[in-house]
Amino acid sequence: MDVLGLYNYWIVIVLMMIGFYIVIARPNLVKKVVGLFIFQTSVFILYISMAKVRGGTAPILVEGVHTYSNPLPHVLILTAIVVGVATTALALALVVRIKEAYGTANEDEIQAQEEES
Amino acid sequence: MTAHLPVLQVVIPLVSAPICMLLRRGRLAWGFTLVVSWVVLGVAILLLDRTLAEGILSYAIGNWAAPWGIEYRVDAVGAFVILIVASVGAIVLPFAHASVRHEIPDDRISLFYTCYLLCLTGLLGIVVTGDAFNLFVFLEISSLSSYVLISLGTDRRALTAAFQYLVMGTIGATFILIGVGWLYMMTGTLNMADLAQRLPEVADTRTIRAAFAFLTVGISLKLALFPLHLWLPNAYTYAPSAVSTFLAATATKVAIYVLLRFFFTVFGAEYSLGAMPLAEILMVLALTATLVASLVAVFQEDIKRMLAYSSVAQIGYIILAISFASVTGLTAGIIHLFNHALMKGALFMAMGCIFLRLGSVHIRDMEGIGKRMPFTMAAFVIGGLSLIGVPMTAGFISKWYLVQATLEEGLWLIAVLILVGSLIAVAYIWRVVEVAYFRAPAQRSHEVKEAPVSMLVPTWILIAANIYFGVDTSLTFGVARTSAESLLGMGG
Repeated sequence: MDVLGLYNYWIVIVLMMIGFYIVIARPNLVKKVVGLFIFQTSVFILYISMAKVRGGTAPILVEGVHTYSNPLPHVLILTAIVVGVATTALALALVVRIKEAYGTANEDEIQAQEEES
Repeated sequence: MTAHLPVLQVVIPLVSAPICMLLRRGRLAWGFTLVVSWVVLGVAILLLDRTLAEGILSYAIGNWAAPWGIEYRVDAVGAFVILIVASVGAIVLPFAHASVRHEIPDDRISLFYTCYLLCLTGLLGIVVTGDAFNLFVFLEISSLSSYVLISLGTDRRALTAAFQYLVMGTIGATFILIGVGWLYMMTGTLNMADLAQRLPEVADTRTIRAAFAFLTVGISLKLALFPLHLWLPNAYTYAPSAVSTFLAATATKVAIYVLLRFFFTVFGAEYSLGAMPLAEILMVLALTATLVASLVAVFQEDIKRMLAYSSVAQIGYIILAISFASVTGLTAGIIHLFNHALMKGALFMAMGCIFLRLGSVHIRDMEGIGKRMPFTMAAFVIGGLSLIGVPMTAGFISKWYLVQATLEEGLWLIAVLILVGSLIAVAYIWRVVEVAYFRAPAQRSHEVKEAPVSMLVPTWILIAANIYFGVDTSLTFGVARTSAESLLGMGG
């Protein structure tokens, strides 16, 4: 099996796990949001990887070129990027509100405050 | 005109959302949303009528033929779920007026209704679409707007609940995205009908199996299947009353619809539940959900949280019914989908009435409330009876078919466990009834009066529906049966 030839998929897996780990392990809510975005981004790379056609160029109609990369995953991922940006924006807005309400953006401290009250 | 019904179902609320934001004035925005949601309900009824008469409706967006263009495809199951979402969406609005004005600052009311319309768009879109990627987009539209709606709750814990839901919801949606990506990688298509045709050729590859696993886990997160339900109790507890009602009755139902779509239409029942021991896994998880979540519900002090745990349990019943993959099982699942929307909608509405008058839904504040708010509590009791599954209520019909499906499989033990789940429901409903009717009214509840008519009428409409569909099951059973047969590929 060609392990190194599939390096873009390895990057996807590594990024995904990094993102996932940050979401689970970090108590800081902003870091959680960053982790979540890395997690989503890894999937964008997965889609872009599968669009590549060996020897293909950008999907623009030019004379003499017959092999193009598949443009559809690119388009899908443009949509998914927009969704990702919206999610991150909303998440950060929520963190701002949480910080205003609790005076902290740390999950452990928020939990401690809830247990006191 | 009627040919465009599938797309109108989504476009009407989608276009109305920005208009609603421009209206700015709270009352105006509410009136506008009310009209839109009833129009949406009208479209939904026409759509169900046409699907029952003509079978599957297919609509090519922008006249780009499937499988290249995005196809909207409505069959009996789809039209039925659309009807559930649209009717709950329409009934919640008259109720929302007083409740939202009480819970949300004036300058945000128009934004609230904008998000409400977007959420409705997303939920309807998920059901209407026949394209796997389009489904992801609609899923995110509905999820993002529901995070906003939840965060508008009065308690500051609404914010952390919304954040928690956002994190788990996004992980779920990203899992679905990965699954869809792999399906596309192997088949080169995103159209569900096309996928169903091309999948069998490549079904026996690791990529497709992994895609299936990611889709299953992602969707299970969205529908709050035990043990992925952790976001649900907080989200439903701290959301504004109108939002709890709307989401409890629709959001998880639509996620279950997505599960049905992928399991039965895209992958086919044999592959989904046969090739791997998924049916057994789902059965165990569903049973654990019904028993554990019901038991947890018994010990909740906050009644909205109690109802939220009860929702997790009820979702367990639906998944249990689906895991049999038999016509009776699926019929039971789809009937319960509808009936659960009715009963949970009614119960959360009753809690909304109490929250409006008491400012709390904590059980210790509800002492003697039965005398102060007789109509609200009567609604709660009937809704609770329906939840338990007493004859003459909608809940009984669900349980009846569910037990029947279980016995058809010869699983006596599971049938017994279903009844045990019902008995636990008696326990948690009774706690509320006891406190509300048999305790002397607390000091602070003396000045409490009955909820306004605008909130009582929608509550009682749902209660009446609970009783109606408990007696006359021709609509629910007929549609559910047709849906189940078409999902399992029998009789078209």
